Amino acid sequence: MSENKDILLSIRNLKTHFHVRKRVIRAVDGVSLDVRAGKTLGLVGESGCGKSITAHTILRLLPKTARIKDGEIIFHSRKRQPVDLLKLQPSGKEMRGIRGNDISMIFQDPMSSLNPVYRIGDQIVESILEHENTTRAEAMERALEMLKRLSIPSAEKRIREYPHQFSGGMKQRVMIAMGLICNPELLIADEPTTALDVTIQAQILELMQELQRQLGFTIILITHNMGIVADVADDVAVMYMGKIMEFGSKEDVFLRPSHPYTRALLKSVPVLGNSGRDLLEPIRGSTPDPSDLPEGCSFAPRCDFAKPECGQAIPYVDVGNGHLVRCVLAEGREVRDGQ
Amino acid sequence: MRNVASKLVSNKAALLGLAIIVIIILLCALAPLMTPYNPTKPDFSAQVQPPGGAHPFGTDKLGRDILARVLYGGRVSILIGLSGAVGGMLLGVIIGSLCGYFRGWLDAVFVKVAELVSIFPQILLVLVLVTILQQSMYNLIMIFIATGWVATFRMVRGRFFSLREESFVEACRVFGLGDLSIAFRHILPNCLGPVIVQLTLNTAGFILQEAALSFIGLGVPSGTPTWGNIMNAAKEIVSINQYPWVWLAPGLAIALFVLGVNFFGDGLRDALDPKQI
Repeated sequence: MSENKDILLSIRNLKTHFHVRKRVIRAVDGVSLDVRAGKTLGLVGESGCGKSITAHTILRLLPKTARIKDGEIIFHSRKRQPVDLLKLQPSGKEMRGIRGNDISMIFQDPMSSLNPVYRIGDQIVESILEHENTTRAEAMERALEMLKRLSIPSAEKRIREYPHQFSGGMKQRVMIAMGLICNPELLIADEPTTALDVTIQAQILELMQELQRQLGFTIILITHNMGIVADVADDVAVMYMGKIMEFGSKEDVFLRPSHPYTRALLKSVPVLGNSGRDLLEPIRGSTPDPSDLPEGCSFAPRCDFAKPECGQAIPYVDVGNGHLVRCVLAEGREVRDGQ
Repeated sequence: MRNVASKLVSNKAALLGLAIIVIIILLCALAPLMTPYNPTKPDFSAQVQPPGGAHPFGTDKLGRDILARVLYGGRVSILIGLSGAVGGMLLGVIIGSLCGYFRGWLDAVFVKVAELVSIFPQILLVLVLVTILQQSMYNLIMIFIATGWVATFRMVRGRFFSLREESFVEACRVFGLGDLSIAFRHILPNCLGPVIVQLTLNTAGFILQEAALSFIGLGVPSGTPTWGNIMNAAKEIVSINQYPWVWLAPGLAIALFVLGVNFFGDGLRDALDPKQI
């Protein structure tokens, strides 16, 4: 985790907590991550582990009950000086200038992420008109170009249609067009394909990769689907109960998983063509109550390798090549697993 | 917007409604050109004449021309009905949007105010307010606005509660739009259907209420002709039995105008809904 020039976003010790009726829910509890410019980071974890809250913290779009307790999110934009997003006013001018313009986001449910009463062209140009000084006609021209890039058939006609006239996959393309229209440096995709069927999923992911090659933006892909991560990510961060359990390049994490949680996750993914002997191994137990997390490693109660030390502070160990693991088992293995 | 207009044009009922509204408003506005008579000046040489001849709609007991009275009275009635309904709608939409979007103490305050207004039967509230504020056209409009915003407020606020959780609202935030722009430009258009319906209902309702209040002598002062006041003048059994033209003309005018407003409002609601082709 060195201060490389090609790091676009570096998150350090981020803590976002929720205060709900005197209970404190530590949704994000000490997340540290580096997002490499022009690459795709897959942020995986099960429901409720804090993936989306991390994304919303980056954009400073948190509900009123959320408090950012600690940490920093340094955004190394090409267009401006490095800025700590946590130091900006959430609804201030500067943060609103970054949202949509430098950092953009697309959502899980394309059915409800477009406004039903506006034509899709009008919705796409909204973002341009908010951030840039152009005429509506010019903005429309760019929207049309973007829709063509996203291979929407007869884009000239469809730009004047309403969301209900689009299928799910087409709506998600429109959503991506909206996300990319201002040429952002970072696109956060929050489960962008979960609501789509499998063939459309593949199309959308391919399209996103193709556009990434053309336009050079960075993607944070939030998903619970290990298959998608294996497919499109360069780096992988595995998250559990508000903490990053393992972080590294896709090869390191998938071929040399070092955290028992990652290994358990990988074993629980069905693989096409598995023989009857390779049964899926579910992770035993269920996630702990987020308002009452155990001290130390929050995975320890479900871990087959739990030791007494798991109840204390867990080191974040580099086992080689920036492959980071938060586990007592990784201690003292700094280089062994690396190469 | 072009699309809304073309959808309206292709809706025959809406066009008919619009035609009725426009014709009635034009006739009332151009009343001095339509009739040579003064609506308030008695003419004792021509009492209760049946329709025909010099008085196409007949005359009332004081010999005033009914056509002139209906046309001049329409000015007041329509003004009261429309401005009461539009004012109430604006108030309800603005407060409802702000409360539904921001919630918090603002919402708590206005919900209590709305409850306070709606626990009294509206007619009772109007009676009390008329007594306090004196009888006048402008007071009547104020009273209709003060009692009429509640229904729109509740509707808009409720729609906002569900719409603000939709992901297109979150998308707007992600794209850097401000709160007011999100509330009024992106969420509000999704609530307009029922708001328009409420507007047409209120317009019709207020014209009828004005008629009712004038009929019992609490609306517009009886010197000013309104559709309600004209009928008020025809409330004895003799008029009802023997001079039907005295109350028939203003009654038909009310019915026709309200019908037009309802037709047009219905068409407008359909035209504003992009899912209806």
